[in-house]
Amino acid sequence: MPLLKVDDLSVTFTQRGKADVRAVDGVSFSVSEGEVVGLVGESGCGKSVTSLALMGLLADRGVKVGGSVNFDGIELLNLHKNAMRDMRGQELAMIFQDPLSSLNPVVPIGVQVTEILQRHRKMRGEAARKEAADLLDRVGIPDPTRRLKEYPHQLSGGMRQRALIAMAVACAPRLLIADEPTTALDVTIQAQILELLKELVDTQGTALLMITHDLGVVAGLCDEINVLYGGRVVESAARRNLFAAPTHPYSVGLLGSIPRLDAPRGEPLKPVRGSVNDNIAWSDGCAFAPRCDYYTMECLQGPPELVESYTGHKYRCVNPITEHTAPAVIDTEAS
Amino acid sequence: MSLLEIEDLKVHFPIRRGVVFDRVVGQVYAVDGVSLSVEAGKTYGLVGESGCGKTTLGRAVLRLNDITDGAVRYNGTDLAQLSEADMRRQRNKLQMVFQDPLGSLNPRQNIESILVEGMEAHKIGADRAERRERAQRTLDAVGLPANAMSRYPHEFSGGQRQRIGIARALVLEPDLIICDEPVSALDVSIQAQVLNLLEELQKELGLTYLVIAHDLAVVRHISDVIGVMYLGGLVEEASSDELYANPRHPYTKALMSAVPVPDPDVEDNRERILLTGDLPSPANPPAGCRFHTRCPWRQETRCDTERPELRLLSGGHKVACHFAEEIESGEIQPTSELAAAILPDAHVQTDIPDDSGQVT
Repeated sequence: MPLLKVDDLSVTFTQRGKADVRAVDGVSFSVSEGEVVGLVGESGCGKSVTSLALMGLLADRGVKVGGSVNFDGIELLNLHKNAMRDMRGQELAMIFQDPLSSLNPVVPIGVQVTEILQRHRKMRGEAARKEAADLLDRVGIPDPTRRLKEYPHQLSGGMRQRALIAMAVACAPRLLIADEPTTALDVTIQAQILELLKELVDTQGTALLMITHDLGVVAGLCDEINVLYGGRVVESAARRNLFAAPTHPYSVGLLGSIPRLDAPRGEPLKPVRGSVNDNIAWSDGCAFAPRCDYYTMECLQGPPELVESYTGHKYRCVNPITEHTAPAVIDTEAS
Repeated sequence: MSLLEIEDLKVHFPIRRGVVFDRVVGQVYAVDGVSLSVEAGKTYGLVGESGCGKTTLGRAVLRLNDITDGAVRYNGTDLAQLSEADMRRQRNKLQMVFQDPLGSLNPRQNIESILVEGMEAHKIGADRAERRERAQRTLDAVGLPANAMSRYPHEFSGGQRQRIGIARALVLEPDLIICDEPVSALDVSIQAQVLNLLEELQKELGLTYLVIAHDLAVVRHISDVIGVMYLGGLVEEASSDELYANPRHPYTKALMSAVPVPDPDVEDNRERILLTGDLPSPANPPAGCRFHTRCPWRQETRCDTERPELRLLSGGHKVACHFAEEIESGEIQPTSELAAAILPDAHVQTDIPDDSGQVT
């Protein structure tokens, strides 16, 4: 039984006088204890909105959330506000992308960390301070007692992200949601942070939901990977299956777009054509069709279903890529 | 002769204090003695982490920052010595593409006006019609639709905006384009489009690029020669393949081992060299080798007292490390236990044929 089971989650933003925007559209996945699940996609694919919906951090007005988010038998979407507040930080916690804007600039780090200990673990005074220093120490911040008195601007980027992780793990949550935790950081610092997250999963059995645009990061970290496009999961597979045999044309396109450090030089990249603006609505067919090199008329006949192969590899495509598929000849001038 | 030669370039920013008495209390050594040369028609990639001075160096070449000391020779002319007016006349030959495509385009200028402005300033094109025509041709070359001319920057997507930035540089027919993080603000699929475009333009027009980026994979993809910067100085320089196959500076080794590769097999078998700590402040750089505070191979002698020069090793490979040979031969082992556990063979899989000859 997975710890977190997200079923048919959808998020719609409504605005008076304007058409509704469905940012997340029927997303389902699950995360078990000690498992790392990745949500991968480019900007606008709905990955961050998904994480905010899970944490109950979306605004009340103008947002419609549908589907089900089951955390260890508790339905999070129906939970009362106060109950949800108890869950957040205690049972599930989140690490945000930008460590500077997610820390309060006018409050010392120490106060921000002890706040969580006071709220959830009812610790007070010296005990809370000592625990906070321990936490900072555990995430690899040198000289923690001094750092506790400092303000966020006095810390470096990597150190701030560590402080955020310390706050997130303060109550030993069972589920950790990391939304682009290393995007704002340099690669050498990124390697340190990823190592730290891996250690948390291995030693504490924390379930980790990793949200990122970087396929390189998920390749080393995630057990299961969901590729999102236009608010829907277009491909979902175990790590090795996804990289060995990407089946959805979008996943193939993403992999072909990335300059690889170990690729021989001089080979041109194979980018995906166009941009997200070219998408069509899922109700009309496959949203990716206008950018797809493999599309046929069949793609425009209603939304494709998520198909599961016998290996457990799921893909949402009527014309999936196997080794024999050749790209359709497309008149680029006309499009 | 190289198209661009930078010799012992220094850019220091004064730190000022005081309201009434304006005192200079220190210097930020953003670029501190960098020499490099860019060959015509080639791409030089400058890579380093934030705060290493790579952007400052790029801006200093165009004199967008004041040069403290050193020479920037373009076709034999020392740009550092030119007057403001003379420098401005050179700028049509030296153009820049900026990181943030929206921030570097005036939101209230339409695309035609953005493209024509530079031509007017440099008196290129006889009349309006000719400039317009030229702008149109450039837009076509960077793959933007013909109706883009009368539209405004906000009407375009991020990738298209970066194309506009490239068109603005191209329209003046420059020899050298400095690309400062040209793709870091873009999504991966768009990133690939822009990288391919830059390569195609280079092939067609014989452009020379100085590409500045933090992403080693991007730099390796596009560059002929790569220079690695750390805290204001160049620590290693080699051809793209040579640097990848055989990184010699401890910092380059660490940087390479940290770049994630989208391949589970590589990721699982890779040996990581984790650096401890953060980049020291460029206002107060460590004495001796600037990397010695984080270097796993640090030695008791020389490293903390003597700043290593960039010296030529075999295969056109330049390294600023006192002990590059000893580290390579395994004579010196990393000092920290962490790194010791993961050596030898610290660099990423080297299955690429090494044609530049390993003589050592």
